[in-house]
Amino acid sequence: MSLFLIVALPFFGALLPGLMNSAGRAACGGLTFMVTLAAFIGLLTNLPSVLAGEVVTASLTWMPALGLNFTLMLDGLGFFFAFLILGIGLLIIAYGRHYLSREDHMGEFFTYLLLFQGAMVGIVLSDNILLLLVFWELTSLSSFLLIGYWKHLPEGRQGARMALTVTGMGGLSMIGGMLILGQIAGSYDLSVILQNREAIQADPLYLPALILILIGCFTKSAQFPFHFWLPHAMAAPTPVSAYLHSATMVKAGIFLMARMWPVLAGTPEWFVIVTTAGLVTMVLGAVIALFKHDLKALLAFSTVSHLGLITMLLGTGTAFGAMAAMFHILNHATFKAALFMSAGIIDHETKTRDIRRLGGLRTLMPVTFGIATLAALSMAGLPFLNGFLSKEMMLEETTHTTLFGSPMLVPVLATIGSLFSAAYCFRLIGHTFLGPVREDYPAKPHDPGPGLWLPPAILVVLVVVIGVAPFLAEPFVKIVTASVLGDAAEVPKAYFKIWHGLVPALYMSVAALIGGLILMAVYKPLLALWDATPRPEAKVIFDAIVESAAALARAVTEALHNGAFTRYAAVGVAAILAVGLHAWSTGTIGAPTRPFEMPELVPMAGWAMLVAATLALVLLHRNRFMALILIGIVGLMVSLGFVLLSAPDLAMTQFTVEVVTIILMLLALNFLPKTTPMEGSALRQIRDAGLAIAGGLAAFALAFHFLMREAVTTPISEFHLANSYKGGGGTNVVNVILVDFRGFDTYGEIIVLGIAALLIYALTETLLDGPVRAKLLNRVPDQPQGGNMHPMMMVVLTRVMMPIVLLVGFYIFLRGHNEPGGGFIAGLVVSIAVVMQYMASGFSWASARLRYPYHGVIGAGVLVAGLTGIGSWFVAKPFLTSDFTYVRIPPFHEFELATAALFDVGVFLAVVGAVMLSLESFSRLARRADMEDSEHAMDIDPSRGDAPEQAGG
Amino acid sequence: MEFLVASAIGVLTAGGIYMVLRLRTFPVILGISLLTYAVNIFLFSSGRLAIGAPPILQKGVETYTDPLPQALVLTAIVISFGMTAVIVMVSLGAFLGSEDDHVDDQPETEERQ
Repeated sequence: MSLFLIVALPFFGALLPGLMNSAGRAACGGLTFMVTLAAFIGLLTNLPSVLAGEVVTASLTWMPALGLNFTLMLDGLGFFFAFLILGIGLLIIAYGRHYLSREDHMGEFFTYLLLFQGAMVGIVLSDNILLLLVFWELTSLSSFLLIGYWKHLPEGRQGARMALTVTGMGGLSMIGGMLILGQIAGSYDLSVILQNREAIQADPLYLPALILILIGCFTKSAQFPFHFWLPHAMAAPTPVSAYLHSATMVKAGIFLMARMWPVLAGTPEWFVIVTTAGLVTMVLGAVIALFKHDLKALLAFSTVSHLGLITMLLGTGTAFGAMAAMFHILNHATFKAALFMSAGIIDHETKTRDIRRLGGLRTLMPVTFGIATLAALSMAGLPFLNGFLSKEMMLEETTHTTLFGSPMLVPVLATIGSLFSAAYCFRLIGHTFLGPVREDYPAKPHDPGPGLWLPPAILVVLVVVIGVAPFLAEPFVKIVTASVLGDAAEVPKAYFKIWHGLVPALYMSVAALIGGLILMAVYKPLLALWDATPRPEAKVIFDAIVESAAALARAVTEALHNGAFTRYAAVGVAAILAVGLHAWSTGTIGAPTRPFEMPELVPMAGWAMLVAATLALVLLHRNRFMALILIGIVGLMVSLGFVLLSAPDLAMTQFTVEVVTIILMLLALNFLPKTTPMEGSALRQIRDAGLAIAGGLAAFALAFHFLMREAVTTPISEFHLANSYKGGGGTNVVNVILVDFRGFDTYGEIIVLGIAALLIYALTETLLDGPVRAKLLNRVPDQPQGGNMHPMMMVVLTRVMMPIVLLVGFYIFLRGHNEPGGGFIAGLVVSIAVVMQYMASGFSWASARLRYPYHGVIGAGVLVAGLTGIGSWFVAKPFLTSDFTYVRIPPFHEFELATAALFDVGVFLAVVGAVMLSLESFSRLARRADMEDSEHAMDIDPSRGDAPEQAGG
Repeated sequence: MEFLVASAIGVLTAGGIYMVLRLRTFPVILGISLLTYAVNIFLFSSGRLAIGAPPILQKGVETYTDPLPQALVLTAIVISFGMTAVIVMVSLGAFLGSEDDHVDDQPETEERQ
């Protein structure tokens, strides 16, 4: 099966459990199982090539400019990990289906699990390190969802957050390290990087890259000092713990160290950092595990300890160490997953995981006892079980390792670690299963159905088979080791066997087992001693760090963002001015190249009105109606300015927009206070005035300087002028730019306009649904009301005008391509015609005659414009390529037909819809309870009281 | 002519900034409108000023003003209407909900934190 499919199957499959949830638990679990099984079988189809030593690849160009390609490869190492992920995944899914209770949402659980599975498979099959980073982050995210699956448990949420913080932080650091590595190697493809051992290790950036990548690996694989998140992640449901902490998540860091082994390992830096971290983690984890009373916490710390062991083996940098590490990964995955599942069974059946409340389960749960005991003894390192073999190899390796100049340090510490490891395994068996049967279990224990015990039993069979016949696993482990080592070293010749003779490793093993038994014998005084010793609590430290970081962030944010908009605006203006001043004072300014012309009288008059209106607006803005009139004058003067300065299209647009804006503001002012009170100190007003004058001067200076100089290069509009008629078929260049040259821009803009209108509609709906509705309905107008709501003169006039205005709009639209006009302006004109009907004849009257909702008009506009663009695909041209032709229908004059005109229809419709939807929304707020909805156009406001009675509508 | 346009931009900007720094929503909206005028004219004038040379192609006419800034400003005017409408709606909703049209958080709301 294609590697793409193997990676994609879990991701696509993740959609299914959520959909199948209502089909029942069996269907949901079964489907998840089938998805994983399909990927697993797909993986197995590649087994022959992997056994033959080939590397299966699959690649897809993604962003070659960035060196990011979707490249997958499957070698021995990748196969090994994918096998563990999918194989143990199958057992976990079977187990989880029986483990989850009826209250748990099973679809959600399996969706998360498959997402996580896909991300893990992605990591181990990636050939591109950037792609690997993407999957790496995905595992952090999906494990967050899994760990926090029981959302109602605070420990679950906290544990998930902690895991995400630590592994996410490590992921960030790893991105940095990987980017450095890619820069050194000149490629982001693993196959290339792995060939560049000498160049990478000689580079001065090797050490930073190494440290950054190792932080990523250590956080993921819970190595000291980042080990603390793993026990807290135990708040997850047991299937998750069993999956994440035996075979997958925490092995990702180990995988990456193994993957990078040929290029990163073998240097003194690697040796010191990795071996030390591994050794410390191994001993620390084992010691803490001995004193944990929660079964899962004990297993969590033992996982930490065993990960330390594997890390230490990889750290030694020898081929034998790497082989022992690979073998132990296999063995650890089998016995640890079995142990986690057993712990889950005990929790499930006795309703407690506290070892102090257990004991004597041997006779009550014989099957579980058998499974857990074999797995635990394997973990302790007893012969004829697989844990013994890799532990022997580990001890053997330590006797050849000299750390910090001492040949004794590593072997002694490793023996101590094994000793504690044996001790906690014995405690697990002894205190849970042995001893007298008790009367006070929270629930009456008995063995579960095969759905729960079969998956761990399968794993325990493997534990025993490998333990008794290690030669069965040997060829496979050697193939994996060969792909770890790459070209850097030869695979060791050593054979896997139970009896190696009287070697030091055997003595160390025996010492560890006997020491473990002794520790068990003196466990009570030891525990008292442990409880009496003060030691740092990782969660407290972590919380303190997070809290102080959050406090710092809050302090900085609150100093900058205190919620006062005016403050941001003032700071923003001042900052822009400062930057502008800097540019002004350090840059150079050329001499003016355009002549200074004295303006004529009429423009001067217009200018004077604009300036006067603006100043008056600033001074008189407290009277809000007055302010609206003044801003209308400003807008009018701006439109006239456009007329003068050769921009007829702009003038028409500005003028029509001005009309609808003022109507809009008036509608809003209906509900707002009609005056602005005096507020703010005099000092504040002086400050604002100072800022405003400085800003105005700066804008003036900037504008004046570039207006007095020609453009530095030829404007691109030369092209537009030259091609407007030839290529676009229109003589109005502005319109041709809008609908043709830059049609895609315009397309985006009508969409934005439509979204703005829909947003206004949505806000209105929200207001009318909420508590504001009653307030609006019972509102008493604060202004005197005119008695004649719909004056007859106005009604008659607007109705007579309606067809004329529509005709004008149509004309403006049609001539737009060649003369000033077009879809935008025509849309605005038609909107005004419709608004006039609302104003004159009333909202109800106009709404009743509305045949198409404005949302639909907006949608139709965007659709027409979009389809016009798509139309060009049918003649194999890019989106929005326009075409035009001239036709003549006798007896008319020859006229032009252009696809751009169809696009302009879209623009027209979108503008009409957007403007009308906005204004209509505002008007809808104005409905009051004391006014009857009247379909009659000319009626009298009955609420006024003094209305003449005979004048009803 | 250049001086008139540049000084108009300056006056509109100054008025806009002053109004944006006011404490109530309505003057702030008016200020944004003034700034919109200023920015639109500024963008428009980046094509330099020309009188009597509209970008409508005609036989025998060789000089036209720069059409590109005009096209850009045309859509900017329409879009700014949409944005003004949104911000008016937002401020209206805020006022109707709380009977308060201050733009900044008021002291009593800060104390509640």
